[in-house]
Amino acid sequence: MAEMVKLSKVNKSYGAGELRTQVLFDVDLAFEEGSFNSIIGASGSGKTTLLNLIGTLDRPDSGEVWIAGRRTDGMKRNQLAALRNGTLGFVFQFHYLLPEFTALENVLMPSLIAGKGAGNEARDRARQLLELVGLSQVANNLATKMSGGQQQRTAIARALMNQPRIILADEPTGNLDSDTSDNIYRLFRRINEETRTTFIIITHDRRIAERTDRIVEISDGRIRMDVKR
Amino acid sequence: MLTVAFKIARRFLSASKGQTALIVFGIAIGVAVQVFVGILITSLQASLIDGTIGSSSQVTIRPAGDNATLSDWEGMVRTADGMADIRSVSPAADSSAFLLRSSRTVPVLLRGFDLDKAEGIYKFESRIYEGKRPAAQGEVMSGRELSKDLGLKLGDTVELFTSNGSHHNLTVVGFYDLKVAAINKQWLVTTLSTSQGVFGFGQNITAVEMQVNEIFRADAIAKDLYKKIGRTDIRVLDWKTENSQLLSGLQGQSLSSYMIQVFVLTSVIIAIASVLAIKVLQKSKEMGILKAMGIKDRQAGLIFLYQGLMLGVGGAMLGVFLAVFLLTGFTMGAKNADGSSLIAISFDYVFILGSGLVAVVSATLAAALPARSTTRLNPIEVIRNG
Repeated sequence: MAEMVKLSKVNKSYGAGELRTQVLFDVDLAFEEGSFNSIIGASGSGKTTLLNLIGTLDRPDSGEVWIAGRRTDGMKRNQLAALRNGTLGFVFQFHYLLPEFTALENVLMPSLIAGKGAGNEARDRARQLLELVGLSQVANNLATKMSGGQQQRTAIARALMNQPRIILADEPTGNLDSDTSDNIYRLFRRINEETRTTFIIITHDRRIAERTDRIVEISDGRIRMDVKR
Repeated sequence: MLTVAFKIARRFLSASKGQTALIVFGIAIGVAVQVFVGILITSLQASLIDGTIGSSSQVTIRPAGDNATLSDWEGMVRTADGMADIRSVSPAADSSAFLLRSSRTVPVLLRGFDLDKAEGIYKFESRIYEGKRPAAQGEVMSGRELSKDLGLKLGDTVELFTSNGSHHNLTVVGFYDLKVAAINKQWLVTTLSTSQGVFGFGQNITAVEMQVNEIFRADAIAKDLYKKIGRTDIRVLDWKTENSQLLSGLQGQSLSSYMIQVFVLTSVIIAIASVLAIKVLQKSKEMGILKAMGIKDRQAGLIFLYQGLMLGVGGAMLGVFLAVFLLTGFTMGAKNADGSSLIAISFDYVFILGSGLVAVVSATLAAALPARSTTRLNPIEVIRNG
């Protein structure tokens, strides 16, 4: 199966001089297309840094980062922006919806950014996605007029809008109760099965990680464990 | 199709209506003050200039040296008439004399004009409130103050003594009011030939008087005219050289008007820049996620530039409306005792539109700084868990 994400000999450190701390050490890691993965690790282990590098929000000090067959560590900011818009979908612990816009408009945002506008076709897709995450009823609510679970599901629908090949989720349920968390994982799984989207989910919750097909454990900037089921 | 940056900018503004209204109102007040002060001072100057030199000679040819009169003046009048910058040209023959009336003697200035031509400068026709213009030999008209002082009536005969001792009987055929008491009291207006006859000028005159199209170019026009005529026995005078105090007063006024406008504009720019800088901070998380979703740096910056532009357009429009409202109120409110407006406000639309445009451009520029910081924003600085 093709490698959707590939990191090779990636090093990353923050700070300068004596305060310089290396966060990742020679990380080699690849995720296959359509796979459903989790990355676990204690806080400060480097897992969010890893996700930021995969998400092209940050650059490695050395090493290569390949996304969907393209090397990204040397790309210009605008090229990266276009890559993120078309290939990657983000789900964060906090939803970061734009409070001035309705749920539907928030879901449409990646399409607007892509310059595809908010025509009938885009709107239909946004409505379908809201239906998929079970939010048809609140499509026209402002982002602020929804519950935490609804907001996070809207953020997921938004991440799916441009049919990304990879979904990166950083503690996507860290802020939600266990029932809602459960729903969201079932949703991720369904999307993965229906659309062959590659999922990389960061979590500190082992119970959740155990429900994915592959668990990568990172500790002190190195991969300690990599289990496929 | 509207860009995503414009849509987001518009929504940011419409979502916080109170804040938006406040900024727009702030800009509007700035623009209104700027337009109001600018127009008021320009109108004030216009009416001051009109009152001072609007009905008098702005460029004048006089004899130079010891000569008291100008000979062969018809050629000079033709030259002046031929210049596009010069509007009205009139020969004048003046000299001072004494008027005798029932044992009282008052000094007067007998001014002889080609009255058809002088109409372009003094507009006597509309200023005669009783009687008519002098036409025949020996006819004169007197100003309001002089006629009141001497108790003159139409058809009265007055006796005039010149400095060389000759005396003449003149008939009063009209009364004028030039709205300047000193002139109304002193000038006895007559035809060119009557004046020439009284003072023994022959065919000569004492001055060629002119009005020009652009009064602030009077000095340059005077120089030009002097060159074109090419005679050394004349002087060409202009109002600017003769009224340097009025001129410096006007310039001082303009300068203070510009100062006010610059300060108002500066405070508007600073206000917009600071409000938008705060907005950038408020919206940094949203901007971060937009960048994660792939909005390009330039588009992210445009979100704030568009906000500045829209605030500027809204503020400028409201400001211009407010200014026109204020100025109209001022015209209707500030009146003379006779009901005429204290100051004739002239709505200079180029200035009004220009002020609005300057506000729009300033507001957009004021947004440039916050736009820049948005452009540089790195999404991982704001998207942090926990």
